[in-house]
Order: sequence, then structure tokens, then C-alpha cells
Amino acid sequence: MDISFVILVEMLYAIASLVLISAGLAVVFGMMKVINLAHGEFMMMGGYATITAVGLGVNVFVAMLVIAPLIVGLIGLVVERLVIRHLYGRLIDTMLATWGLSLMFIGLATMIFGNTTTGISTPIQGFSVGDYQVNGYNFFIIVMAILLVVLLYAVFKGTRAGLIARGTMQRSDMAAALGYSPDRIYMATFFCGSALSGLAGAILAPLVGLVPTSGGAYIAKAFITVIAGGPSLIAGLVSSAASFGFVSQVFTFAISPVIGEVALLVAAVILLRAMPQGITSRFFKGKL
Amino acid sequence: MTRSATRDVIMTLVVSAILIAVMPMLVGTYTLTVLVIYGMLGLSLGLIWGFGGILCFGQAAFFGLGAYIYAISAINIGESTLPMILAVALTAGFALLLGAMMFYGRLTDVYLGVITLVVTLILFKFINTTAGPQYKIGDARLGGFNGIPGFQTLNVPGDPGAYIWGDALFYVCAVALVIVFLLVTWLLRSSFGRIAVGIRENETRMALMGYDVAARKTVLFAIGAGIAGLAGAFFANWAEIVTPTLFSLGQSAEIIIWCIVGGLGTRLGPIVGAAGLAYLKFMLGQQSMIDNTLIMGLVLVIFVLFLPRGLVPAIGSLWQASVGRTARRRPARRMRRARHG
Amino acid sequence: MAETVLETAGLTMRFGGVTASDNVDFKLQSRELRCLIGPNGAGKSTFFKCVTGLLTPSEGHVFMRGQEVTGWHPHQIASLGVGIKTQTPNVMDALSVHENIWLAARRFFDVAEARARADDVIERLALGPIARTDLGQLAHGERQRVELGLVAVADPWLVLLDEPAAGMSATDVDRMTTIIHEMTRSAAVVIVEHDMQFIRSIAETVTVFHQGAVLMEDHVDRVMADETVRRVYLGKNA
Repeated sequence: MDISFVILVEMLYAIASLVLISAGLAVVFGMMKVINLAHGEFMMMGGYATITAVGLGVNVFVAMLVIAPLIVGLIGLVVERLVIRHLYGRLIDTMLATWGLSLMFIGLATMIFGNTTTGISTPIQGFSVGDYQVNGYNFFIIVMAILLVVLLYAVFKGTRAGLIARGTMQRSDMAAALGYSPDRIYMATFFCGSALSGLAGAILAPLVGLVPTSGGAYIAKAFITVIAGGPSLIAGLVSSAASFGFVSQVFTFAISPVIGEVALLVAAVILLRAMPQGITSRFFKGKL
Repeated sequence: MTRSATRDVIMTLVVSAILIAVMPMLVGTYTLTVLVIYGMLGLSLGLIWGFGGILCFGQAAFFGLGAYIYAISAINIGESTLPMILAVALTAGFALLLGAMMFYGRLTDVYLGVITLVVTLILFKFINTTAGPQYKIGDARLGGFNGIPGFQTLNVPGDPGAYIWGDALFYVCAVALVIVFLLVTWLLRSSFGRIAVGIRENETRMALMGYDVAARKTVLFAIGAGIAGLAGAFFANWAEIVTPTLFSLGQSAEIIIWCIVGGLGTRLGPIVGAAGLAYLKFMLGQQSMIDNTLIMGLVLVIFVLFLPRGLVPAIGSLWQASVGRTARRRPARRMRRARHG
Repeated sequence: MAETVLETAGLTMRFGGVTASDNVDFKLQSRELRCLIGPNGAGKSTFFKCVTGLLTPSEGHVFMRGQEVTGWHPHQIASLGVGIKTQTPNVMDALSVHENIWLAARRFFDVAEARARADDVIERLALGPIARTDLGQLAHGERQRVELGLVAVADPWLVLLDEPAAGMSATDVDRMTTIIHEMTRSAAVVIVEHDMQFIRSIAETVTVFHQGAVLMEDHVDRVMADETVRRVYLGKNA
């Protein structure tokens, strides 16, 4: 009984962290058809922003949930204006340029923070279930992921901005013809996407020792989750995070965490081979 | 062989003979060797990306595989000739399987990118876990993140005691690069190469003309991987150790940067880009003012934004303009833009 | 009795709930010229795509020279000696006219023979002055003509053309009519077309599609005179 509870929590945690890791990338890709390969570095910067803010005496939750997303969102805004804006419609070129940006951010972070591991302790205590110790912070991540998905859904479904965003997603030319400047929509989207990346980086920061190259660990997973999700933003994100999270946890429990990671990657290859356009090209068609 | 092809070969031989003679006076052969090896690696991606339109995010996987296959088989065999052959053949074979899986699945563009990237990561993660003594192939322990040291390095074929190292290794690598370059030239002039370029330009049309696009892309992909494997095997000989960082994403990124900076759709561009940037990185490594990852990133961003055709085509058209000939060649980049327009 | 080169039996293609091609039985004799007409969404292009392997039909069979080719890939169908031209110009933009046509010829002939045939087709289609120009720099009509050259150079016995006259000037259309007539000397030709002017000038037998199915099949004059055809295709007041 206890063990199955622990496994369930671990499973949900794995799925939740995939959702968090991928959300920013999914929004940017879904809306703008831009793959931001500096996404991992945006997360890394979110982590550093949190740690720095906490070091300056800011409450840890304020640092995580407010300061980090804002700072990374603003960095994203600058990046969009200076680089991405010039490359819309050129998928591969944006990937290459953002890859370049990711290297630049790694270099900058190394120069500022040094090539050493920094971290903060988790702000939530663990507790035990029977004989097992459960990390309380995992619950926080699960809750945050659920909140994030609900929030995304509410914004897209319930607000005017969300409606415009969905319209742009379908036909950016038509949205433009109706008088909505794609330029400004893209700018706003990239800000939101970057802020989400910053948020994810901040929330996950207490769990990992942060180094300037930390982003590399996230980008591949996020990239895979988003691409495997396919055309529908939220349904794709949740369904592919659920599949990959499930597979990797099964193998983690059965064999080892590293094999779990490898299993995730192998699952991605198989999934893309079977459904080249992603999960939501076959299931949940037409959903958000 | 036509006259222009003969002239091309003679030019290549003359220029490379001069370079091989002169360069060691300017730069140490130890550094030069690795520049030549990177040049070969750059050419391998330049071939499949620039002429085949296949953007592989995991060219480092083949480089690393070539190096590991060489190291493992050299330990088991105790001489270097067969391991060199194995490094090329097995890497190409692996790419053949991977390519067939991708191209017969009609995967393109970004999906191709994901799969090649993921395969690189799988290899990287897997090799990293093999630290324990139970992971061994024959007499070779995989060694996890510590890598494999102490294998037999390059020797004169048939005489395992006669090592080729130092200056001699440089000359062997340089000649190998010239041979590979000439083979690539020949391949691109052949029907196979011209058909590959046709496929890069328009897959559907080529299929409607009766060409088996998937098969041809698979074969080209495997050839590129074979060249990368050869570069990897030479690298193993130069470094005298192989480590999992050969498979890293950073390595893949660098190969792509070389091609962009040097110029896609040319044979020379990726080689020049590779050697030039690797040398730049080497020079930057000697100072600690500015982090060299930062500079590499900056170089990539600037080229994508301002000089997307790369150096070699840009210089080429400058040259043509200055001698008064009209540049007939289109920008090498169009094909990439067209695919995602 | 001439040989049947193309035959479909009960060819049906559904997209979700829409039946774009509905139980089509179609037969084409060798060296026949056939036009497929019909209003937008009549299922002509879907039929064309099923035959060329660009789509796999939901039901039914496609035979070429008696061999079943249902579900084959386009390249396998083309390899039989079938020349295909799609609706939008499908050419290699960064390659020259000569290179484009040479590539098409090279599939079926060796290097020297391919070069000779490419030169020949370039002369026949009056492409000489632009033979070394990249396709990307050509006007629409010229691109269409080059694509016809790609089809002609392979010496096909069955030619499938989807809207070859779309967006072409009168001179270009005239020239193309000549080329197509030349093709019918050695090949059966199927043309999917909108342009009635062009069809009148070229067609003999016409197959009319309506709502995915074959409405009628007859000589062009009788089709044009038919009341039902006029109603569905040309509009009620025609």
C-alpha cells in the first residue's frame, strides 16, 4: 500500500516536471512555430535569478514565482527583438540562432557565476508514508504543474488575448488581416514563453545543483516532449509528458534512473517513428 | 573524366600539397592534426546537409562511435589497420539502419533533428553509465565517463610495432583528408551526387520521376556517417583516449556551426569553417578574459543573421564580382529557407 | 482492341466523413487522350493522387498495364514508365533547366543517353535560350513547360497531368497543346483540367466528375451539350 502510494507520487512527479520543463517551449513552438533551443538556458537563468534573489534576502516563493519569470521574460523579450524577429518563418534558422544564443548564455553565466555548483535548499519539508520518506517538494511541483495547465487552458479558452492567440496559431495571416499585429502577438508570446521557462527553472532549481550548463539537461527533454506532443498545444504537452514520464519511471523503478532516462529517449524515437507528426496528430485532434 | 574535372583534381592536389608543406611552419603539427580531423568531420556534415538537405543534429554521434569502435577493436586486435576499417564500416552500418528507420518513416526537418539529437543523447547517457567492470567488450573496458585510454594507436599496416605519431600522424591525416575530399568531389560529380542534390531541392518531384528518395537519402546519410567515423578514429589516435564528451551535444553544435560559418553547399566551406573555428577556439583557450563558449555562440548568431550563406560562398561571389564574371550560383541557403517557407 | 493501360475498379477515398472519390471505375486505352473535368471539389485531384500513389485509396484497386499498383509509392509507379505532373509546379529551383531535365532522363537512361535526350527535349520544347538558367528565376509558364519536359524526356507510356494549363498565357497554352499531342503518339495521356477553352482545343473523350463519382464519359462535344453536365459544371444559366 505505502509503496504503491510512493510510486504513484513519483510517477506524477515525473510527469509534472516534464510538463513544467516543456511548457515554455510548447507555447513558443505552438504559437510561433519557433523552436527555441536556448530554452534550457532560460531555465538555467530562472534558477540563477531565484538563487540570487534569495541571497539578497527575498522570500523564496516570491523569488521563484514572481522575480524569476519576470527577469527571464524580459531577457526573452530582448532576444525576440534582437534576433528571433528577423527569422520568423525560417524554422531551421531560428533553431540555429537560438542554439548560438544558448551557447552565449552559458558563456555569460560562466563569466558571472563561475563554473561551480550553486543551490538553495528545498523550502518544503519531507514527510514519511509508512516506511518511506516522501519529498514534500515533489507535491509542490505536482501542484504547480496542474495549476500551470489549468491556467494555460483558462487563458487560451477564456480570455480575449487567448482567442487572438488561438487565431494566430491557426492562421497568422488571417489574424493579421483582421488587424492584429502578428509582430506584437509574437512579442507577447515570446515574453510569456520565456517567463514560463524562467518559472520552470526557478521551481526546479532547489532540486538540482545549478551550473551554467544545467540547461542542456532540460532542452533535449523539452524538445522531445513538445515535438512528440504534436500540433495541439495543451493536449499535446500533457499527453506526451504523461507517456514519457510513465515510461521513464517504470524503467527507473525496474532498473535504474539512468536506464529510465534512456528508456524515455528510446520511447521518443519509437513514438516519432510511429506518429511522425506527434501524438495529437492522431489523438485528441482539434483540441487545444 | 572531363577536362574541368581533371583541372579540379590537379588544383586540389597542388593547393593541398602547398598547404601540407607550409602549414607546419606556422602552426605546430599537434594542433594541425586535430584541425585536419575537424575539417574531415565538418566535411562529413557538409556533404549530407549542404548537398543532401539532411540536417543531422547528431553528427557527433558518428564521430564518437568511430572513435569508440576504433579504441575497442584496437585493444582487442592489437594493431590499427582493421580497427580503422571497422570504425568506418560499423559507423556507416549503424547510420544505414538509423537512416532507413528515419527516411522510410518519411521523417523530415525538425523531426529528423529530434531523432538524431536523441540518438546522440542515448549514446552519451549510455556510455556514461558503463563505468563498472561488467561493461566490457572483449578485453576493452568501456570505462564510463572516464573513457578508454591506452589502446594501440596508429601503426604502419602489418607492423604493430611501427607507430605513426607526431608529425607522421599529421601527414597521414592530411593525406586522408585530401583523399576524402577527392572522393566527395567525385561523388558529387557522379549521377548519385547530382540526384542527391535534386532530392535536396525537391523530394516530391524526384519521387515522381521514379527515384527511390528514402533509399538514396539513407545511403548518403551512411556515407556522411562513415566519413565522420573515420574522423573519429583519427581523433582517437590523436588524443590517445576516447571519452563520452565526444558524443556531447556541444560537439554536435560545433559541427553545425562550422558548416554555417564556412558555407553550406560547398565542399570547402565546412572544412575551412571547422579548421578556422577550431583554431580560433584554441587561441581563445589561451586567454581567460572572455569565455570561449560565449564567442562561439556569438559567431553562430551573427552568421545566421548577417551572413547566412557562410564565408566561402560569400568570398567566392566577391571574387567572381571582382573579376567581372556574373555569379550564376544562387545563395546556397535558399534550399533551407524554401523548405520551411 | 487496344491495350488497357490504366484501370481503376471501385476506387474510393475518404477523408474523415468526406468521400472525395466515390467508387470510381475508369479505363484508359493506350495512346488515348482523356480529360477529366468537373467543378471544384468534384474529386478529380483526389482521383489523380490515388492513381499516382500520392494518396493510398481507402478502397478499390488501381491497375496499370494489368498490374495492380494500389498503394504503391509514387516512385514505384513512376519507375514503371509513368510520367506525372502535379498541380503546382514541382521542379528543382536551384538547378538549371538542363540539370532538371537531365535528372529526369537519368532515371531511365545512362549518363550519355540522358544528356542526349535532355538536349533533344530542350530543343523540341524551345527551351534552348534558358537551358542554363536556374528554374527559380523562370516565369510561371516556362516552369510549367520545363516540368512537361521532365515528363516527356523519360519517354513514358502513360502520362498524368494535373492542371497543366493553369496560369499560362495563350501562347504558352498553344505550345503545350502541341507538346501533348506529340506525347500521344507514344503514350496515353490523362489531363485533369479546369480550363474549358483548353479542353475544347485538345480533348476527344472527356470524363466528368461530380461529387466524387463519374457523372458521364463521352466525346467532348456531347459532354458540352449535355444538360446535366451544364447544370453541375457550367452553372445553371449556362
